[in-house]
Amino acid sequence: MAEMVTLTIDGREINAPAGTTILEAATDANIYIPHLCSNEELAPYGACRLCMVEITQGERARLVASCIFEVADGLEVETNTERVLNVRKLVIELLLARNNKHPALRKIADELGVKETRFPVEQKGCILCGQCVRTCREVVGVSAIGFSGRGITRKVATPFMEFPPDCIACGSCVYVCPVQFIPMKEENGVRTIKGFDYPMQKCSKCGRYFAPKKQLEYFSKITNLPLEHFETCVGCR
Amino acid sequence: MKARIKKIIDKYHSNKGFLVPILLDVQREYNYLNREALNLVSAFLEVPISQLYELGTFYKAFSLEPRGRHEMKLCTGTACHVRRVPLMKDNIERVLQIQAGETTPDLEFTFETVNCLGACALGPILVVDGEYHGNISISKTNKILKKLGKKVKIDEEN
Repeated sequence: MAEMVTLTIDGREINAPAGTTILEAATDANIYIPHLCSNEELAPYGACRLCMVEITQGERARLVASCIFEVADGLEVETNTERVLNVRKLVIELLLARNNKHPALRKIADELGVKETRFPVEQKGCILCGQCVRTCREVVGVSAIGFSGRGITRKVATPFMEFPPDCIACGSCVYVCPVQFIPMKEENGVRTIKGFDYPMQKCSKCGRYFAPKKQLEYFSKITNLPLEHFETCVGCR
Repeated sequence: MKARIKKIIDKYHSNKGFLVPILLDVQREYNYLNREALNLVSAFLEVPISQLYELGTFYKAFSLEPRGRHEMKLCTGTACHVRRVPLMKDNIERVLQIQAGETTPDLEFTFETVNCLGACALGPILVVDGEYHGNISISKTNKILKKLGKKVKIDEEN
């Protein structure tokens, strides 16, 4: 059992295991902090900056991203001060400038009382939270996609902007994206993710297309089981 | 190519932590990061190709396109800007028939603009293959270009 620390969030005394982040501790205590890039399956990253909170340690109060700041004994956290809300409003305005249509962003903007962004809107869609890239790396373990460029040219990219050789077409990036930026469809035994086609495997018993061939090959590789073992869908096994 | 890449990687004891120095060495060897070399590095070090692409596009020191034999960097900082660097930029672009940031098709010249070289007193500055030319003018850039390349036509008067 991890060592417990005691901190206060919005005046409430909270116990949390050492090593957890403020966001996790707050969520466990039913205190809502808006966030977009944090995902409990992934390592803390701190990209979207929506989860900013004000902390007081000793005399100074400062702003930190709660999704990457670890809890400590005697830490005082405020999640709703004017300073915090100001920063969050600015952050959501910046995010809206990349994508001012998506309901998830609109909802957070509404909660913060932001109607429109004051910045010129460049409809990019992607908000660069990096969940797709991190999921591919940390959860799936293939690292088929990554970022390219930096600053204003930064975007999620396949190597050389071409067909990603390591991709197993699992669709995890599609699933995890908070703004549904990566399109995926399945048609006539082909799964298409962001314009790239991957053939699907027909179940050897019922004949239904049930998974991308490359994903099954990957399963076979990491489990050291023959490929035939995976060519039957779960329902028929 | 395989042996050359292997040699570079062995120099760093196949340590993934030295990705950037390895890529720098690869770039020095081939003048840019070519696809084949990156694929070999990826295979030798068991680093996903996406990560190498990420590094290659992140750092300005790396180039995924072939670079010219001569590298020209024109400072466009404030001090240089007010001393008419934009005109010199236009001139170099016209003479080389490329835009800033591009390489001539014969791979002789790569021309780039940089934001500030920190030597404003010498402005306007043009760096050619690591050599700093201060207080340049359009005619001086023409002379420099003439000296470097027979293939470059300069029909302008000096």
